[in-house]
Amino acid sequence: MRDVAVVGVGMTDFGELWGKSLRTIWAEAALAALADAEVQKIDLITIGCMSPGLFVGQEHLASLLADELGMAGTAASRVESACASGGLALRTGFAEIASGLSDTVLVTGVEKMNDVDGADATYALGTAADQEWEGFHGITFPGLYAMLARAHMQRFGTTVEQLAAVAVKNHANGLLNPHAQYHLKLTIESALASTMVADPLRLMDCSPVTDGAAALVLTTVEKAEKLAGHRPIVKISGSGLATDTISLANREDLTELKAVRLAADRAYAMAGKKPEDLDVVEVHDCFTIAEIMATEALGLFEPGKGAQAAEDGLTAIGGKIPVNTSGGLKSKGHPVGATGVAQVAEIATQLRGEAGDRQVAGAKTGLAQNMGGSGGSSIVHILEVAS
Amino acid sequence: MSVGIVGYGAFIPRRRIKLEEIAKVWGADAPSYKRGLQLHEKSVPGADEDTVTMSVEAARNAFARSGGVDPVEVGALYVGSESHPYAVKPSGTIVAEAIGATPDIHIADFEFACKAGTESMFVAQALVRAGEVKYAIGIGADTSQGAPGDALEYSAAAGAAAFIFGDDDDRNLAEILATYSWTTDTPDFWRREYMHYPRHGSRFTGEPAYFRTTMSSAKGIMEKNGLKPGDFAHAIFHQPNGKFPMRVGKKLGFTNEQLETGWLSPWLGNTYSGASPIGLTAVLDIAKPGDLVLITSFGSGAGSDSFVLRVTDRVEEVRDLAARTRPQLDENQIYVDYGTYAKLRGKIRMAE
Repeated sequence: MRDVAVVGVGMTDFGELWGKSLRTIWAEAALAALADAEVQKIDLITIGCMSPGLFVGQEHLASLLADELGMAGTAASRVESACASGGLALRTGFAEIASGLSDTVLVTGVEKMNDVDGADATYALGTAADQEWEGFHGITFPGLYAMLARAHMQRFGTTVEQLAAVAVKNHANGLLNPHAQYHLKLTIESALASTMVADPLRLMDCSPVTDGAAALVLTTVEKAEKLAGHRPIVKISGSGLATDTISLANREDLTELKAVRLAADRAYAMAGKKPEDLDVVEVHDCFTIAEIMATEALGLFEPGKGAQAAEDGLTAIGGKIPVNTSGGLKSKGHPVGATGVAQVAEIATQLRGEAGDRQVAGAKTGLAQNMGGSGGSSIVHILEVAS
Repeated sequence: MSVGIVGYGAFIPRRRIKLEEIAKVWGADAPSYKRGLQLHEKSVPGADEDTVTMSVEAARNAFARSGGVDPVEVGALYVGSESHPYAVKPSGTIVAEAIGATPDIHIADFEFACKAGTESMFVAQALVRAGEVKYAIGIGADTSQGAPGDALEYSAAAGAAAFIFGDDDDRNLAEILATYSWTTDTPDFWRREYMHYPRHGSRFTGEPAYFRTTMSSAKGIMEKNGLKPGDFAHAIFHQPNGKFPMRVGKKLGFTNEQLETGWLSPWLGNTYSGASPIGLTAVLDIAKPGDLVLITSFGSGAGSDSFVLRVTDRVEEVRDLAARTRPQLDENQIYVDYGTYAKLRGKIRMAE
């Protein structure tokens, strides 16, 4: 396998982008990444997008967007794995370069979610659950994650205050990220006073509905060395993809995200890294409980210790292992198809030392964990500064 | 001679429904709705109250304060509403007959979501200013619609306000110093023919529609006339709920004291075409001579009309010649349960 590097990073502001369409925000992120990379030739465009058909009534996205960029003729493909679509787009691009099929790939993620109302957005997202065993019976994602939270509470004594601590930390980080959807200072008290959505999850335990796009340019480390200039070269050293049952009813254990553990094991093995080697991590905090369970499944903390770690500040910037320095899905926003790409954009930015006020000092190795549905799929990437 | 308001009147139905009563039926969390929308209760029209009857009541109150304007001298009458009782057949003709203003009169019905009331006022005062008519009446009235269980059901309310415009200084109780409109095609809320309830673009109705349009209109009229928020004693904004008008007022630099008199929505709900006009009647009920007043409406679709008024001495002589607005809101309420509300609002399907 050839070594693969991230040489370009770009993203739009995340938020309610009323004045822009899917193609516009996608092109904005793609052009930013291409400008950042200063590359001329792209062999392939990959696009992570969960449900453009339901959100904006548009399929056949790969051709549409290649054309939007003035690149009709270029190979392009859209991939889908629910909210892990962005991570899958990255893995696809990584595999193309590692295998020698492509030399340079534009990896993108996009979702335009605010063109439909709340009920339609909830329906579109709900198609990532097992419709026959979950969706058709009326449950939506807040309810599914509420059940995971209840199981975690029952087994490990996790508290609502510990859930709120995740949201408070991520909003504090989001204040430092100019691209974040929400710039607000959250307290434990106000998080616990927010509207109940699905007991025990309140509004401030949930990530928002967001429009946004993110993009990366990947190429071989060999080519990256010529492009790098004074910047450190950020290498993708591990990629892990795994699945689990989509429906919670078929899981053996509701307190572990097995797909995350399997994907992480594969990524760690490929990279030759251990959890202790990581300096900065982005996890898929679609709900606060998801961040706690992800940090456990990644091996950052022992099972059942993730909630206490969040409450103790171990995952804050300056803590033992900073998690979601970007603000996470909670504060930065969660345009589902873009999320997996935006997470890696954050890690690459951190490893380049370009994260500004939220920079983790001396970060050399980072990990991004993206997840589909309630853990039915997960993709983990490990990045490091190439020596 | 200056063009101004020579008579004003409001009408608010006595019936109310509390937000908790609606939330209970739909299993919604009343405290979060109350906090989120800053709404406590809303007015409900009775079985014999509609846009026409409320318009007549408001117009009669306006005549009572007009110092004896003869209805036959009224050359134009406009009713703005999104709940005209007939799809085809004017509301204004019935109102004009009831107040004795026919047949030597120009009449039209206006519709522009929640802006139709100020629209009728805008055109009425312009005809007086042009010298086409001696007096003109502009009315905003609605028995607004909200689909069962929809967020709008917590706010859609009923009420009316009427204004008689003229240019005789003896009768003016508030001069119109300036007008301004700001309008774009912004489809945030609509009801097509044969649809029973309106639809809305959810959060799109907020920042890109209400806030952008209302702010632009209010800023526009102030900039064009060299005015700033501190120059006004009172400001009234369209009030689709309790929260939006206060937020827009604060963003523009107005204080609580300037905003609270015309801020009726927490206890009245959103009377659509009646909303900011009824707020203006509440301000005229207590304003002092010389006070400058800003009124800025908003109608989905989307547009906003703004007026700058200067209150004259005459307001103090006439305000008690008809029912004031705040007592209509705060006294003699009849609280109804959801079943009664559903019956009154025609939400129950009857035998055919």
